[in-house]
Amino acid sequence: MARITAGVASSHVPLLGVAVDQGKSDDDYFGPIFKGYEWTREWEKTEKPDVVILVYNDHASAFDMKIIPTFAIGCGERYKSADEGWGPRPVPDVEGHPDLAWHIAQSLILDEFDMTIINEMDVDHGLTVPMSMMFGQPEKWPVKVVPLAVNVVTYPVPSGNRCWALGEAIGRAVESFPEDLNVQIWGTGGMSHQLQGPRAGLLNREWDNRFLDMLESDTDEARYISHLEYLRETGSEGIEMVMWLIMRGALGKRVKSLHRHYHIPCSNTAIGHLVLEPERSEAKEGVAA
Amino acid sequence: MKQDIHEYLADLEDIPGTRVFTAKRARQGYWLNQFAMSLMEPENRAAWKADERKYLDTWPMSDAQKEAILARDYNRCLDLGGNVYFLAKVFSTDGLSFAEAVSTMTDMTFPEYREMMLQGGRSPEGNRSIKANLAAKGAGNPQEGN
Repeated sequence: MARITAGVASSHVPLLGVAVDQGKSDDDYFGPIFKGYEWTREWEKTEKPDVVILVYNDHASAFDMKIIPTFAIGCGERYKSADEGWGPRPVPDVEGHPDLAWHIAQSLILDEFDMTIINEMDVDHGLTVPMSMMFGQPEKWPVKVVPLAVNVVTYPVPSGNRCWALGEAIGRAVESFPEDLNVQIWGTGGMSHQLQGPRAGLLNREWDNRFLDMLESDTDEARYISHLEYLRETGSEGIEMVMWLIMRGALGKRVKSLHRHYHIPCSNTAIGHLVLEPERSEAKEGVAA
Repeated sequence: MKQDIHEYLADLEDIPGTRVFTAKRARQGYWLNQFAMSLMEPENRAAWKADERKYLDTWPMSDAQKEAILARDYNRCLDLGGNVYFLAKVFSTDGLSFAEAVSTMTDMTFPEYREMMLQGGRSPEGNRSIKANLAAKGAGNPQEGN
């Protein structure tokens, strides 16, 4: 059976991709950011996941204003790196896992999450930057990817509660896939940042860290944070953190926090990164027996 | 968890110095954003760079939207329905970094803005709510909400 073995959260600031592509990741500005990912890179080498369900948002790359899917799942064979206006990032193509993706799509729809199914698209920094942060610069990515794109741009975006519930449904979908696969789920974007208007540059270290605390604990109170609170406390683009809730929802009630990193700033943004492991209740019962 | 849509939308307008990209703005800015999106294609970038006005005139945008783009007045673009991820196509075509372009929407120069970010960014204190700011001021000047 397929199983979700870990959840990873990470910001996906495009400038991090530039730093990797231009070899600047250990300079004075970027060094402290990338240092916080070293643990995870080593961990990924031993974990060797088969597939990553990568929750991200498209930034006017694959989707323009013509079609705005709230939740879209990539069921294609492969995805190319998008040209976001300055040429595509020089990263390998992202290989899909259509069997698992279609299984998740079908399961979610039967579970009353009406997904949009995408067979062809390019993937932008929202997806490729986390890949670079976790895997560096390999010739071929060491995992297959099921992209899950969330609308966090045009309001209303999905509620935190809906995102958490979608994560729970993804957990059930993965567990019912017959092939033995080691699956991770990543939630990307955030943390606090505002890229527009006279209030641009807003960051909120205290709030961000409270959010990290919540995701590390047994509580599910983060699912009830309102859009208004994200806007007030974390800037207009901090709303991307609802995507972390999909990851957290998929892990079940109890998690063990393996790694945590927070840094201000990267360009306009606060960087946050978490690695969580689900603590299965079955395992606990097994020990008790 | 169902919310009253009118209260929800009214609340989104209560954030100081922020234009939340609501359906109303998405409709108003549709062609402005689609024009910006078109700059993803190299041939469109070339046409735009050759004659900005002429290229803009091929899009069904309002005169105000065209003027705001030509002036690179990004706050005005937001007011007219622009979204920053789409406007990014314009400023990346100009060769501006995201941070530099974003700084033009604030009352700071780019070096000042960069320094603010290095020092921990803009504080949410006093930046959470137009209504709360007005109340704190004694509600003397209701038009000074923003």
